[in-house]
Amino acid sequence: MSNRDRHIGDVLLKIENISLSFGGVKALTDVSFDVREHEVRAIIGPNGAGKSSMLNVINGVYTPQVGRITFRDADGKLLTFDHMNPRRAAEMGIARTFQSLALFKGMTVLDNIMTGRNLKMKSNIFLQAVRVGPALAEELQHRAFVEQIIDFLEIQAYRKTPVGRLPYGLQKRVDLGRALAMQPRLLLLDEPMAGMNVEEKEDMCRFILDVNDEFGTTIVLIEHDMSVVMDISDRVVVLDYGKKIGDGTPDEVRSNQAVIDAYLGVAH
Amino acid sequence: MGNLKKNWPIVTLAVGILIGMVAPLALGLSAPGFYVEVLLGGLMAGVLYSLVALGFVLIFKASGVFNFAQGAMVLFAALAMARLAEWIPQWIGIDSRLVANSLAFLIAMALMVGFAWLVERLVLRHLVNQEGVVLLMATLGITYFIDGVGQTVWGSDIYEINLGLPKTPTLLADGLFQGGILINQEDLVAALVAGLLVLALALFFQKTPTGRALRAVADDHQAAQSIGIPLNRIWVIVWAVAGIVALVAGMIWGSKLGVQFSLSLVALKALPVVILGGLTSVPGAILGGLIIGVGEKFAEVFLGPILVKTFDLAGGGIENWFAYVLALLFLLVRPEGLFGEKHIDRV
Repeated sequence: MSNRDRHIGDVLLKIENISLSFGGVKALTDVSFDVREHEVRAIIGPNGAGKSSMLNVINGVYTPQVGRITFRDADGKLLTFDHMNPRRAAEMGIARTFQSLALFKGMTVLDNIMTGRNLKMKSNIFLQAVRVGPALAEELQHRAFVEQIIDFLEIQAYRKTPVGRLPYGLQKRVDLGRALAMQPRLLLLDEPMAGMNVEEKEDMCRFILDVNDEFGTTIVLIEHDMSVVMDISDRVVVLDYGKKIGDGTPDEVRSNQAVIDAYLGVAH
Repeated sequence: MGNLKKNWPIVTLAVGILIGMVAPLALGLSAPGFYVEVLLGGLMAGVLYSLVALGFVLIFKASGVFNFAQGAMVLFAALAMARLAEWIPQWIGIDSRLVANSLAFLIAMALMVGFAWLVERLVLRHLVNQEGVVLLMATLGITYFIDGVGQTVWGSDIYEINLGLPKTPTLLADGLFQGGILINQEDLVAALVAGLLVLALALFFQKTPTGRALRAVADDHQAAQSIGIPLNRIWVIVWAVAGIVALVAGMIWGSKLGVQFSLSLVALKALPVVILGGLTSVPGAILGGLIIGVGEKFAEVFLGPILVKTFDLAGGGIENWFAYVLALLFLLVRPEGLFGEKHIDRV
């Protein structure tokens, strides 16, 4: 981990005073935290703490009523928004995976991951249709990139298999692959290990750390499994009932009384 | 064996269709040559049903909208094509049917693309995440709107689309069957065009990045957005493609039967087709169209006389209800159609 500490850079994403409610239900209340370049940042908390809502705010699926989001774009400029939208988030280099699988079930593994290259494809629809010249060259170049991801995730054997037929753990990998195909600068992982057995969890941990090490991708992840989070994260945010109750290194968070109370319950 | 037990209704249905197909020959109700003629006639009508059904399926897959306006789009496109082909020679002073038809086709195509853009801009964009029934009502509104506007702009008479195709029947396979088979050359060309269009669409969907994006949106809206696929643009593209399919269908049908209001009713024939094939399946729309096209011709030609003889009825009219009865049977035993998805979950 000390190896990774050296790489951690400036603030990439800053969340300031975000509040989000649905009708009378407050999902998030005045949450602020930041994410630094190249770090693995975890968001943890009991069920219903607002973790997924937070991810959906960053990715622009939800529009918060209050607060600001600042993101450093590829040129190093800091841009501030009062909300994101999925398209803009994708364009700025934010990719995500989903808690409940949201793969394109009828499509093959290869096609699913190729869709991640969508934004990088520039040739127009008519050239694509006839597959000539620049469009063909572009397709081949993206295909080569996707093959690297397939190798990286060790799913070569399933390239042409419709994802709906793969076991759950492998589908999760394809979901990750699709996000990686976007060459994201910030990767949001929504419970990447939920529902996995120990072996699949270990594989997924390895992939996440490798992505972070090899590509320098900044990662924000939500996870239930505390031991996993503590092992792979640089810093951890703890949410409870939509409020931030802890923020710091895994060791700091582990010894934070409010966090212990939230997880273990406290006598009133 | 367990499979058969579970799937008995569909197996029964399939066997029924197969028996219906073979019976006329086996029972000697028809000479082989005549049988092939009826079969081809049915396939021909079926191809057109398939084209209209394809429009339904494309839009439903990508946006979850059951587009009731598909038939009105066929009429509008055909009217535009017919009238423009009539007016263009007067405007530019070139009296060539090929030039007039080509220009008319291109302009009609541009109109359908513009129409798609307007529908997204003015209707769909504002109804995102609404109930399916709301969207259906919206397309019902669009139906009547373009039916009316079409008449305002293009007129409400019966117009012809003359593609200059040979209408003379040809005698084929004279040696094979007694009396040979009579085929309309125009039908052959039409079937060929429809087939090519379907092939082109299949390639577009399977082999191009845009097609991939379309399939992605069809599978999962949220995930598609997260990888930066713009839903709005995709909707414009599918409505435009559905519009172009409507134009081709309208052109073929119009050149066969003339362009008139009843053309918009073909959409009603496409409903049983999508029920049969499955609302979410492109191959289903094609196969469903062919089954219904052939089925109703067979029912009319071969089943009709039997009913007349047995029950002493007046006969006729079977063609009108056969498709719906078949669709009803499918709804009872296999509501998702031949190839449709069983569970359609939308988040």
